[in-house]
Amino acid sequence: MPETTPITPLAEFKPKVSPDWCPGCGDYGVLNALQKAVSNLGIKPKDLLVVSGIGCSSNLPGFIRSFGMHTLHGRAVAVATGAKLGNPDLNVVVTGGDGDGFGIGVGHLLHAARRNVNITYIVLNNQIYGLTTGQTSPTSARGHKTKSTPGGNLEFPFNPEGMALMAGASFVARGFSGEGGHLASVLERAIQHKGFSLVVTMSPCVTYNKLNTYAWFRERVYKLEDEHHDTHNFEAAITKTLEWETRIPMGVFYETDKPVYEESEPAYAFGPPAKQALGLKKEDWTALYDGFR
Amino acid sequence: MPTKNRAVVRIGGAAGEGIASSGDIFCKTASRMGLSVVAYNSYQSVIRGGHVYYQAQIGGPEKVLSHGDQPDVLIALNQDTFNRHAAFVNENGAIIFNKDKIKPEGHSLKNGVQLIGIPVEELTKAYGRNPIMQNTVDSGALVYLLGMDWDLFEGSIRSVFGSKKSEIADLNINLAKIGAAFAKANGKTLDVKLVGDGKKRAFATGNNMIAFGALAGGCKLYTAYPMTPASGVMHWLAPRGSKYGMVMKQMEDELAAMNAVVGAGHVGVRAMTGTSGGGFALMTEGISLSAMLEVPSVIVHVMRGGPSTGLPTKTEQADLFQDLGAGQGDYPKAVIAPLSVGDAYHASVEALNLAEKYQIPVILLSDLYLSEHAETIDDGVVSADVKIERGEIVNSWAPSDPAKTDKDGWYVPKNPDDYLRYKDTPSGVSPRAFPGTENALYVAASDEHDEEGIVISDVFTDPAIRVKMMEKRMRKMIGVEKETGGPIVTGAKEAEATLVGWGSTFNMIEEVRLALEKKGKSINHVHFRTLWPIHAEETAALLKSSRVTIDIENNFTSQLAKLIRMETGHQMTHFVNKYDGEPYSFNALLNEVEARLDGKPNLARNK
Repeated sequence: MPETTPITPLAEFKPKVSPDWCPGCGDYGVLNALQKAVSNLGIKPKDLLVVSGIGCSSNLPGFIRSFGMHTLHGRAVAVATGAKLGNPDLNVVVTGGDGDGFGIGVGHLLHAARRNVNITYIVLNNQIYGLTTGQTSPTSARGHKTKSTPGGNLEFPFNPEGMALMAGASFVARGFSGEGGHLASVLERAIQHKGFSLVVTMSPCVTYNKLNTYAWFRERVYKLEDEHHDTHNFEAAITKTLEWETRIPMGVFYETDKPVYEESEPAYAFGPPAKQALGLKKEDWTALYDGFR
Repeated sequence: MPTKNRAVVRIGGAAGEGIASSGDIFCKTASRMGLSVVAYNSYQSVIRGGHVYYQAQIGGPEKVLSHGDQPDVLIALNQDTFNRHAAFVNENGAIIFNKDKIKPEGHSLKNGVQLIGIPVEELTKAYGRNPIMQNTVDSGALVYLLGMDWDLFEGSIRSVFGSKKSEIADLNINLAKIGAAFAKANGKTLDVKLVGDGKKRAFATGNNMIAFGALAGGCKLYTAYPMTPASGVMHWLAPRGSKYGMVMKQMEDELAAMNAVVGAGHVGVRAMTGTSGGGFALMTEGISLSAMLEVPSVIVHVMRGGPSTGLPTKTEQADLFQDLGAGQGDYPKAVIAPLSVGDAYHASVEALNLAEKYQIPVILLSDLYLSEHAETIDDGVVSADVKIERGEIVNSWAPSDPAKTDKDGWYVPKNPDDYLRYKDTPSGVSPRAFPGTENALYVAASDEHDEEGIVISDVFTDPAIRVKMMEKRMRKMIGVEKETGGPIVTGAKEAEATLVGWGSTFNMIEEVRLALEKKGKSINHVHFRTLWPIHAEETAALLKSSRVTIDIENNFTSQLAKLIRMETGHQMTHFVNKYDGEPYSFNALLNEVEARLDGKPNLARNK
């Protein structure tokens, strides 16, 4: 972004509809940070497309004044990929939860990471299924007692940031909804990054997750930039994603320049597919038809 | 016997022996002579080995309607092929084979069948050793025996190998000459007269034409996950699409392929995906999403034998109900099953137009036979003159006057000037604004929503809004029904007996109808290209007049007949079913139909 880009007034991103999340939900902090980030970047609401799946956090597009899509459980990244491939002029941001992105939709995350389409994926991680009233999620702690694991979760949580790095993501970061200012700055960098960016935001569920609370996080989080983490060092980034129980890093783990899918695909020489004239020129049609003779 | 004006050729061997390319060169020669050609490749889910065969019927000047029955000429590339097919070669036909590898003894052949056993190794030793060589030698003999145009044959060899491989083309031409010379010295030309009209015809598969139609129809994103027999569409587009601004994108699975189409459709792109039944099953939730978001989408569904992985390389028409019931909920959609290779081009364009005009998912329902067999396309059947209809698009919207904003309903401020993405209209179709359009912000929601797009599912599910939105979406089917064609009737408007079929079997059934008509039967043919909406009133009226209605389907359960009964109450009187994986062949279908006309029930079928 050039220095001269004026910010878009924050109010322009305030919607008609108020969020209906539980009071105190971590998702409010992420919504506010996202609004602040796009405002600071001078993005116009009409040029922003927020795509979500299904879940509490996936209701987010309804609560930000921009273009939005509320799609299917687990499929938001696939829909967003199609939207970005269709019109790369749009700023495409995906929001969804840990169930949506790391459970049912994890396949799309891995392939989006290696494909490097220029979209930003914000996973609001509350380590629980909230909208379906509190079942275990892929990031629930082992032993976590939930509605579907009353005796305690027997599985081990996985490391989504490390997984995205291994899949080839060109930007991976983590934020905490309890630290909105920091999260907004991370989101700004993610949206500015050219290529696929993943931002996992720790977004506590105050209703169903009594384990990973705001207080639990506040005792553990620290900022990577405070410890001079080199965001271009892949091995260091992987190592940092392994920290969890006692200290939890926030900020950018890794960023790198890699060819962006839509910039490498020759079809874009004709402009965004959504803006091209439709159909074939007569001479092109004839040449193709003659190929069958 | 009078001289025939058509010939059936069968080339059989193991996968990996170059059978399909030999067949294509032969058929290209015929199509360049201006002959009519229908070719079918019966192959297996194996890359090397197994038994595969390619069969083509060529002739003129009347259009050839099927790939024919038993061969006039058989090229046997291995002993297995000789053993399986030799006895079926027609009287006065010929079998071409490599004498070094194949022993022809011990088979009872029909009268006058010539055995052209070529000592390939001895004749080709100057050219080194390559097992594929025998194909070309045999093809040369074939072209000689049928008295086809040699220069066009050489040209076809060159066009298949391309200018980059001119040395390989030269080698093949020399090998073919060896075969032709041998046939001339050791055999005689068949009693067939193949007279083309000299018009160089296009020769293409259904998948080629679906892909070409997509490109001509303005499709700018095609997504797919590899699956036989739909992959041909992807393969044709992959090297060509980007030259015309189309993005051809292989995705990680069919879930991604379908949902990416929804994303692209939402931002204003004509987008399409393609798969077979297994992949289609994965796409269905996305198809329902497309309908709910009122985003146009086109899904090419190429059926193969099921259930489950079933018969990956064989044909069937058993996924009609899968399409009709695809995805959750009641929603508007269209299902179109093209009738022929040329028609596949039009169906592709039509599907893109219907999808955009009505903002619905449209399923282009093909099958392995239609998608993978190749035939000649007469001039003028397809053309560059393609009509692109997109429906109403909002390019800009004036800002709302804040003074008019009123608090209406439970919390959402309303303004009569606001753009309503899901505006309730008489047609049910609401003008579309794409992301990027000033003053037209909205969220497209998969939850039920109001005219503005605001979800009604969370805080209070307003029954009146739900009913209004459901009716708005479903009302689009009235327009879709008007726009899509009803059943196609050939032959007499009213007849004693009616043959009923759908999609790819059109020409085969037509061939049988013409034969029965020649025999003096009062018979017509009602064929369904639009499967949904089924055009119930028209269908009922057409079938009512026939005493005998014979339903012909490449499946076990007569799905079209069930659909017609469900929608019209009409009960077919007779059924012909085929579910062995192979397409109908003329004599077999004729015999089945005649048996039904004689009142014999379909014993194979346990209803």
